[in-house]
Amino acid sequence: MPRRSLLKDHCKTVRQQMWRLLFIGLLLASFIAGTGERGYAIPAFARKYGLPCSACHIGWPILNNFGLAFKDNGYQLGNDKDSPIYQNPSYWPITFRVTPQWHLENTNKVGIDAPGTTTPSSEQSITTHGFDLSGLDIWTAGTLYKNISFSVLPSMAEGDAFHFENAWVRFDNLLNSPWLNVKVGKFELDNLLSEKRFLTLSNVGGSWFNYHFTPQADNNGFGGIGDNQIGIELAGHNQNSYSRYSIALLSSVDGNPGLTSAGQGGTSRTYDVFVNINQGFAVKGLGVQRIGAYAYIGQSPTYFLTSGGTPVEAKGNRSFSRVGAYGWWFIKDLDIETFYMHGQDNVYLGNSVAANDPGGLPQGAVGPTWNGGFVEAHYTVNPQFIFTGRYELVHMSRQANPALTPNLGNVDSFTIGYRWYPIMLSRAGLAFHNEYSQAKMGNLAPLSGTDEINRSLMIGFDFDY
Amino acid sequence: MVISMNSDKWIVNLVLTLGVAVPAWTQQAHVGNLTGHADSGKKLYRRYCVGCHGPLGDGNGENAPWIDPKPRDFVAATFKCRSTPTGTLPTDQDLYNSVSRGFTNSNMPHWDSLAPQNRIDLVAYLKTFSPRWQSEKAGEVIKVPPEPAATSQSIAHGADLFQKMECWKCHGQQGRGDGPSAPTLTDSKDQPIRPYNFADARDDSRFKCGVTNEDLYRIFITGLDGTPMPSFADVIQPNDAWDLVHYLRTLQTKRHSKENDVVKGTGHKTSASAPGS
Repeated sequence: MPRRSLLKDHCKTVRQQMWRLLFIGLLLASFIAGTGERGYAIPAFARKYGLPCSACHIGWPILNNFGLAFKDNGYQLGNDKDSPIYQNPSYWPITFRVTPQWHLENTNKVGIDAPGTTTPSSEQSITTHGFDLSGLDIWTAGTLYKNISFSVLPSMAEGDAFHFENAWVRFDNLLNSPWLNVKVGKFELDNLLSEKRFLTLSNVGGSWFNYHFTPQADNNGFGGIGDNQIGIELAGHNQNSYSRYSIALLSSVDGNPGLTSAGQGGTSRTYDVFVNINQGFAVKGLGVQRIGAYAYIGQSPTYFLTSGGTPVEAKGNRSFSRVGAYGWWFIKDLDIETFYMHGQDNVYLGNSVAANDPGGLPQGAVGPTWNGGFVEAHYTVNPQFIFTGRYELVHMSRQANPALTPNLGNVDSFTIGYRWYPIMLSRAGLAFHNEYSQAKMGNLAPLSGTDEINRSLMIGFDFDY
Repeated sequence: MVISMNSDKWIVNLVLTLGVAVPAWTQQAHVGNLTGHADSGKKLYRRYCVGCHGPLGDGNGENAPWIDPKPRDFVAATFKCRSTPTGTLPTDQDLYNSVSRGFTNSNMPHWDSLAPQNRIDLVAYLKTFSPRWQSEKAGEVIKVPPEPAATSQSIAHGADLFQKMECWKCHGQQGRGDGPSAPTLTDSKDQPIRPYNFADARDDSRFKCGVTNEDLYRIFITGLDGTPMPSFADVIQPNDAWDLVHYLRTLQTKRHSKENDVVKGTGHKTSASAPGS
């Protein structure tokens, strides 16, 4: 047979094989994508226990009841195989997470400098967009021994120094009781509605405003109950984690290591307290409903003693509080989170005035108060596809300075999105993330003093391994 | 292109799934005033269970190769933890209890954090995997007589029974699960299986099928189907079974129990030096 004909036949065979492989590949891909039946979770735990990831997550990363019980039990299943001595010696409980993405950011009223100056002279809508990366989480967690669990999460963004998002050790089931667990280190506050595990990632929708709100002109260094804090926590739960409590004693440093307070070095000398209780109850045909209440009572410095210009001790500590209640309601595949917060800061914090300078307070100054809340819904089509939507507001009820407009700093925000998990193996996962979020910030336009609107559109691939 | 697959197994599973097994939407389970529906359980099964037990319920989930002991094969419908005689199907309550309680020393966690309705729905669904549930009913529940008081005599008698019935061959003289037969034991799938180690038990330890003396009694009578642990229903009288329960508790030397208190009361430190051992 002529060589050319052989080559032609060979090429034809290769083409046929390629088409066949492509067809099989597409078939497999459509099968994987269409099943909607496998789970997805933090792969470090999936690798350890061999459970489907959806066992612990409504839709990664939101924990379901089983995942919550697993977490409450110190990342243990309680099957006498939790200690790492039962693991293959090569097992290392580590997960990384990063999100390559395209996103668009718009702010409708940005102060634009006059030519040749640094003084804004006009307001303009500014839009930026492009391909980007999220920060990188490298998370290791698990057990050091039966009933001794740990978590270390170094996190960093492009160009930033890494920081400890969390780092703690926990002594579980003390006195053989699930009601006694002690955690020491930097950790997420025991918020049942966890901002660390919610579904939205965009610049605007990537955090709950209520969890981080500080009034305008307020210099409280506390970043909110969404910030991880450093301290010691006593927590407990019943066997199925329907009944839960926690109480934490925290350094007044907003989670900053090095005894730093509000970015000042080595000044910490007070403590905050966070308390949270919640109760779940099964409703036939609907699922497990949960209600709870929380309170964060803290202090924050209003000035510092300095030595050679360096702050050495926080002084003039004044109080603040964040208290409220929440519910998590399930109607089969639809779950709705409802959250309420009342916030209050001391008058000195609210007006950014040192407590040893009462004369610096403006006429009629008072401690600022505000109320906020959100309603967030998730509809789980299947463990591989979940819709989310949220409406959130924070409204000032009393400004620290009567001269400020009543609406200054108010927030009205909504977010919609969905996550599709096309790859859902028990050892790695990939989510296709689409989200739009918008927030109206009351009277924050720099020149006109009118409302400022921020918008985020995000399309990305959120993956972990 | 060759796709590696055990064709016989594949055909059997297909037939069972499409032709023989009870349709998922009709199977029910009942516990108390709860009624489980298989169609609801199917979604839950695929969320929580499929990784180990597999989409066909045959214990061949994607994680199964790395799991020891292997996940339960619902197609075979052979269950360890029952309140019914050996060889019979368990009750819905038995399956519900197993799902809720999980299995110690295995990858099966306790699922009591799921709502009761979810758990009974899962029970209904796992009953669709085997045709046995169509043709057979659950066995009759074995009655457990009231437990007599633990005494030094009952413990001593239990120790004698432990020798006579040759429990030690698997569980070892000290109950460490290291009897001479232990290395050779396999389950009904020819997987190696270890006898229960009583000696290492602590206060929070569980048996495979429960935690109480009543659970241990029931294990003697029902046996653990699919494992070498037989049923002693035909060879042991109720009082003898209770005596054996009391003795076995004394093998759990690190665990607080009334039986160990009795042993201590007789001046013996451990069951090894207790009367009759």
